[in-house]
Amino acid sequence: MSAPLPVPTPAVSAEAEEFWAATAEGRLLLRRCDDCGTVIWYPRAHCPACGSQRTSWTQASGKGTVYTFTVVHRSMLEGFRDALPYVIAYVELEEGPRVLTNVVDCDPASVEVGMPVSVVFHDTGTGRALFRFRPA
Amino acid sequence: MSIRGKAFIAGAFEHPLREIPDRSTHQVVAEVALGALADAGLSLSDVDGYFCDASLGFGPLSMVDYLGIHPTHVDSTETGGSSYVVHVGHAAEAIAAGSCSVALVAMAGRPRSTAMRRPTVDEPTPDAVFESLWGMSGAVNGYALAATRHMHEFGTTSAQLAEVKVAASLHAQHNPNAFLPKPVTVEEVLDSPMISSPLHRQDCCVVTDGGGAVVVVSPEVARQLGRTSVKVLGHGETVKHADNGRIDLTYTGAVVSGPRAFEEAGVTPADIDYASIYDSFTITVIETIEDLGFCAKGEGGRFVSDGALVAPDGRLPFNTDGGGLCNNHPSNRGGMTKIIEAVRQLRGEAHEAVQVPDCTIALAHGTGGSIGTRMGSATLILGTADA
Ligand SMILES: [Zn+2]
Repeated sequence: MSAPLPVPTPAVSAEAEEFWAATAEGRLLLRRCDDCGTVIWYPRAHCPACGSQRTSWTQASGKGTVYTFTVVHRSMLEGFRDALPYVIAYVELEEGPRVLTNVVDCDPASVEVGMPVSVVFHDTGTGRALFRFRPA
Repeated sequence: MSIRGKAFIAGAFEHPLREIPDRSTHQVVAEVALGALADAGLSLSDVDGYFCDASLGFGPLSMVDYLGIHPTHVDSTETGGSSYVVHVGHAAEAIAAGSCSVALVAMAGRPRSTAMRRPTVDEPTPDAVFESLWGMSGAVNGYALAATRHMHEFGTTSAQLAEVKVAASLHAQHNPNAFLPKPVTVEEVLDSPMISSPLHRQDCCVVTDGGGAVVVVSPEVARQLGRTSVKVLGHGETVKHADNGRIDLTYTGAVVSGPRAFEEAGVTPADIDYASIYDSFTITVIETIEDLGFCAKGEGGRFVSDGALVAPDGRLPFNTDGGGLCNNHPSNRGGMTKIIEAVRQLRGEAHEAVQVPDCTIALAHGTGGSIGTRMGSATLILGTADA
């Protein structure tokens, strides 16, 4: 039986501070452009689609599907090494962006491209949580 | 301004060692630099252009000092493993513009002997925190994500990926310096341990110490040298990235760098006699040959499954030194060795078992960073002097 996935503490920049603060309340925020409506990922202050600097936070549904994934069988990373095998995936959010994450709470062998998933938050104990996904 | 015919590769040198515990990396750079210059019939005092990545100090400053050269043109463009392919293109542009006439492109690293080290930065990049929390353990996971998606969209199989490794190993058996000189079968690749699904250990390149260098010179300098020079015909480069969260893992930056290089060279994929294709992982080769136009998008797996990559008779003889998969991937960066083997082929100096007959036009493609997030991509097309 392998150990649970470690919950490393994110190093937070000023640009993404609100994003990480919201994770502690179980909310997944996305930055959206006030001018062209593009949903932005990873969060940043300007819109890479139109160049506008008028952007604001919006709450994501937390639902998505697996765009691709890998089951990791060898890892050099402390903590993760004890949690093998584990799943790294790009999850395509309902709002559009494909976010890098883990798929948890299931047998890694059961994960498939296109599988519906929903967000879960893993507390780091530092006022921030990691957004991971489990089968919906 | 086109660089076609404006510059020649006059010297090339690959360090013979694959494990170098007892020398400094700067010393290894000097060894390959001097090796490439000697191959060209030139010396350090002839060098007026220096091209390097950003892994060995403050841009080019420390190495220029250490080597004792006095350049009028320097360039430390850092795009990971593709850097050196970029550098040859930039060197040709600098020579065409008259800002140097003997450009030295040199690199080395010792990841077998030292802890893997990246250039230090004052502040983490803005993407880092969103990618560093999920247990990405080295480059393999990003490439595995691409492989899964490629398989999903196009039906590519693990056995097809394995064919890439098999072809490289058939070539490596003729290279006395190759790190893994033993031929392998598809079954052996599939039976090797799973690292990050769907990639097995033998889908991954080797980790080696070492380095390499090439010397790029003006046509006037090339004419004065006794050695056969290789003409720079065209080059293309780009950065392909996560694209505001809309990343598409089924293609690489070669979709941009390839067509630009072909256009400048005035040739098409059908004209390429030999190709050095970046092979950090087997999936890198499959996606890259599609993106360069050697086959249609999604057809890469089927293209390689009938021995197409095997020299000298395959439709696209590739990586005849054994590539990064079997020969050498110095400093975890395979771009330089890709250029060097293309030069050997155009000079008719590859091993006789894998020398492509009448090799007139060759391609060298470099990839840097990760296909899974953001990557440098550079394509170089080279030819014989009369190409
Ligand atoms: Zn916008």
